[in-house]
Amino acid sequence: MMEFATHAWNALPAWTQLTVFSLVKIVAILVPLILSVAYLTFAERKIISYMQVRIGPNRVGPRGWLQPIADVGKLLFKEVIVPAKANQFLFVMAPLLALAPAFVAWAVIPFTDTLVLANIDASLLFILALTSMAVYGVIIAGWASNSKYAFLGSMRSAAQIVAYEIAMGFALVGVLMAAGSLNLREIALHQAGGLHQWYVWPLFPLALVYFIAGVAETNRAPFDVAEGESEIVAGFHVEYSGMGFALFFLAEYANMILISTLAAIMFFGGWLSPLPPAWIPSVPVIGALLGDGVHWLLFKISALLFCFLWFRATFPRYRYDQIMRLGWKVFIPVTLVWIALMGATMFLTPWGFIFH
Amino acid sequence: MIEFKPFVFYVFATLLVFAAGMVVTLRNPVKSALFLVLAFFSAAGLWLLLSAEFLAIVLVLVYVGAVMVLFLFVVMMLDINLARLRAGFGEYLPIGGIVAILLVLEMGLILSSGRFGPGRMPEPAAVAGDHSNTRALGRLIYTVYAYPFELAALILLVAIVAAIVLTMRRRKDTKYLDPAKQIDVRREDRVRVIKMPAEKKS
Repeated sequence: MMEFATHAWNALPAWTQLTVFSLVKIVAILVPLILSVAYLTFAERKIISYMQVRIGPNRVGPRGWLQPIADVGKLLFKEVIVPAKANQFLFVMAPLLALAPAFVAWAVIPFTDTLVLANIDASLLFILALTSMAVYGVIIAGWASNSKYAFLGSMRSAAQIVAYEIAMGFALVGVLMAAGSLNLREIALHQAGGLHQWYVWPLFPLALVYFIAGVAETNRAPFDVAEGESEIVAGFHVEYSGMGFALFFLAEYANMILISTLAAIMFFGGWLSPLPPAWIPSVPVIGALLGDGVHWLLFKISALLFCFLWFRATFPRYRYDQIMRLGWKVFIPVTLVWIALMGATMFLTPWGFIFH
Repeated sequence: MIEFKPFVFYVFATLLVFAAGMVVTLRNPVKSALFLVLAFFSAAGLWLLLSAEFLAIVLVLVYVGAVMVLFLFVVMMLDINLARLRAGFGEYLPIGGIVAILLVLEMGLILSSGRFGPGRMPEPAAVAGDHSNTRALGRLIYTVYAYPFELAALILLVAIVAAIVLTMRRRKDTKYLDPAKQIDVRREDRVRVIKMPAEKKS
């Protein structure tokens, strides 16, 4: 039986083998991603509950662990309602347009030195281009639903994302100046050698700006004016029900995980261990645990995701003009000054080694 | 059986021409703008086919991710009166038609002059797998073409400043609060805590 399977596999043309292989890899990335989105919603409710001295969901399954499954089941069976005079095609397309970029970006994320679906040379630009496309889902949803509340939400979101994208782009310029490469894998490898080599130290202002801009780009609290429920009901997705709403939800959380992953790779050394290689003992289990590996990346992503939830439980929502002021008048000057400083230090003074 | 690369080219080229046609023929400006996005995407696909990945990604990043978002932003908020826009259609048709025909004729003359064609412009030699278009472009821009590049950047900067200066006006009636003052507020300025006995002894 095994032999027959090998023969059948070898009999396939090379491009079919490649396609099947790539598809399997894509599924191997997306299924854990969707599961982690589901359990991120659970983690969010639990963590925020404990911060607010509540218990949170604890009815479905042992200690509430099946709650996300129940939520998915409920959303799947709800009726999808299309508002009167809505643009049907765009109304249905909008959630997909929000979700697809969040998933496609994972194609170039390096999980370890060798574990990456597509090791392309301009992967940072690719990610930037895809995250900038995510706004279309929100804008089109707001316009196609034929509702003033949804429209206001999408307008707010568009202005906010365009504003923070610039600061985010500048923060990434600093990273690629330090690494001298647009390839995410090489950016992570440049930080090898332990905790003190991570870019978060020399590029601290940029790391801060990147992460806060990431919170703003994903429309998370305290920047969630796009869905500000006290003012515009639920913002751009007010007319969506059932699976349409679930897809927006999925996109938002997938984007959160993506932003955390990028921050972990660019500023916190990705899959690299925080210990210098010399300190890691060559003991079977402990050595593998302390050494580089995908578990460090997962740990860093989880820590950053916790910050997302922490922010939501801690900060009140920004006023709209304050968001715009922070983006245009604080973040962009901070990043510009730091980039100029970096360039001057690297090429005019002997202290260029600080930025590698 | 058609080869894979020409097949991809024709798919993207057809999409591009179709989308560009829809941009000018559709009545709804929002749909036109969305078709323009599709046109940009198809153009990016064509560039990728020429292994110009930097240009392709930057096209998506700048035009799809930023310019068209702002464009949609404006177009969605405009309440365009379609009936009035189409009112002078018949009046302008002859002149517009003549100009269009002239343009097509001129383009046809130039393209059929023998200076263009697959023979004149052969396919560029295939690059090695590890060739980085981004790196090659960066090298050229910052060494050979450093001054033209900096000049272009400066002109763009001047244009940005000019656009902002020309359109900025302070509205007298906005109730704008200085954020620095808001942050500087201390508790003592706003709240007065008064000590008083909880109840009177009678």
